[in-house]
Amino acid sequence: MNQRVGEVQSTDYNFAFLDEGSKREIRRSVLKAVAIPGYQVPFGSRELPIGRGWGTGGIQLTMSLIGPKDVLKVIDQGNDDSVNAVSIKKLICATTGVETTTDTAEADIIQSRHRIPEEPLREDQVLVLQVPNPEPLRGVSPHEEVTRQLHGDAEYTGIWVNLFEQLLKKGTPFRGAAHPVMANHRYIMSPSPIPRYDNPKRNQAKCLYLLGAGREKKIYAVPPYTDVESLAFEDYPFRREDMSGRKCRICGAENVYFDEIYDAEKGEHYYQCSDTGYCQKRRRQQEEQGEEKHE
Amino acid sequence: MNKKMPILTGRNITVRFGEGCPYCMTHTELEKGRCPFCHTIWAVRDVSFNLYPGEILGIVGESGSGKSTLLKTLYFDVPATAGDVRLTLYHEGKDNILHCSTQNQRYLRNHLMGMVYQNPMLGLRMDLSSGANIAEKLIAAGNRNAGQMMKRCQGLLQHVEIPVERMKDAPKVFSGGMQQRVQISKAIANNPPILFLDEVTTGLDLSVQAKVLDLIRTIQQELGIAMMIVSHDLAVIRMMSDRTMVMLGGRVVEEGLTDQILEDPLHEYTQTLVSSLL
Repeated sequence: MNQRVGEVQSTDYNFAFLDEGSKREIRRSVLKAVAIPGYQVPFGSRELPIGRGWGTGGIQLTMSLIGPKDVLKVIDQGNDDSVNAVSIKKLICATTGVETTTDTAEADIIQSRHRIPEEPLREDQVLVLQVPNPEPLRGVSPHEEVTRQLHGDAEYTGIWVNLFEQLLKKGTPFRGAAHPVMANHRYIMSPSPIPRYDNPKRNQAKCLYLLGAGREKKIYAVPPYTDVESLAFEDYPFRREDMSGRKCRICGAENVYFDEIYDAEKGEHYYQCSDTGYCQKRRRQQEEQGEEKHE
Repeated sequence: MNKKMPILTGRNITVRFGEGCPYCMTHTELEKGRCPFCHTIWAVRDVSFNLYPGEILGIVGESGSGKSTLLKTLYFDVPATAGDVRLTLYHEGKDNILHCSTQNQRYLRNHLMGMVYQNPMLGLRMDLSSGANIAEKLIAAGNRNAGQMMKRCQGLLQHVEIPVERMKDAPKVFSGGMQQRVQISKAIANNPPILFLDEVTTGLDLSVQAKVLDLIRTIQQELGIAMMIVSHDLAVIRMMSDRTMVMLGGRVVEEGLTDQILEDPLHEYTQTLVSSLL
């Protein structure tokens, strides 16, 4: 179900909006980021017709990598149709004319915010994530100079102390989103604000993960087949959010990450797949096989 | 370990703030350690000492005499301009620890040293709970077992007579004496062989002072930690330390057994100091 979003094809802009020099600079930073998993590479974040903090890091990565024959998927919190996702798709399509899709399996480049798709990604796919706060040590020190030194020395006491503090006060060392991970046994990095549920998908993944923070002017990456370990104390092993016993009300999927929907009139809770592309694909297949809706 | 071998030796430690000039490079007797020509401050100048296992070395001197700077240099808070410091437990005393890498300095701080600052704001993160503050030292030494650390924190807090249920409270809501005791329990969390105490009792009222000193005494006897205590209070030095160094203008002017220094001071400054006490 490929669709073309954005009708305008302006010739006033270079292919993929950014000029070739900018794209090359970003690609060079990407190369360095891939070479040092989890290390935050500074780059010259460009002005875009979208405000900083609205996914500009991810857009610049996508723009610098995309080719005319690539197929693009953009998701926002698992949703293909949200304003942010649609605006980004429009911008990229208007300046490149590439095809877009909602099917994870069909896409070459997937730009996402707050989720990793449910379908496992392949070696020929790239997942670009938008990151608001790339620095996992920002809670330890507000100074960039200090945090860089700490990364350099692999001195991560501060972040463990914060997890211990959370355990002491809230009874769990795990964060709801952006639970820090250790990339390739060296750099602690922020996985971007994805739910903890998606953290293990990063470990030994087949695809390339690129993370871009436009406002903070940082790029970092996790190359394919890299160890990515979520931080956890020895006696509190890492746990995902518990999604057991829940079922999607649209496609009937189990063991995926759900959105909870509360019907105030009936006083009932519903669950449905947070990854709408995955949900729709399943539903389409079920309809082809003549299955009823799962409500 | 041989009792007679010093655990920590310092030779000609110098901390200078400023470039120095031909005058102050050659004249060691500067008033207040400050050069009248180039205004370089010689905070610590050519200080040498030995610290033996299990002993308490006191450092007295007026304010600005470089006592705290010396401790902070040994704890790597202030970089030394020159000098040679050896630690028997680190590479068998073959390397000058002032020249080792920041990682190694962190290792030494976390495994072999403890520090109690005069100002608890320096030693503790006031916004974190006291439990997490103590755990910081354990985590820094590589402990990743939360249950174990929790138990250790409780034990330490009990040791310094802070109710265990206050483990979740931040030090900023504690009284000054309690903050100091949290600092002490943090400093001894890893059973370090060396503990630095920088004016621990200054600013505390007399009964709390006595309590804190008592605690330090007990810890020293139980664990046999070698300590360096900085104070401008001769009463504290008399009560606590075995040997004493007297500092003036960044230099050590007198050194010896505490009783000897207090009863029979040789240097002019020490004499004034002792007579002003009586």
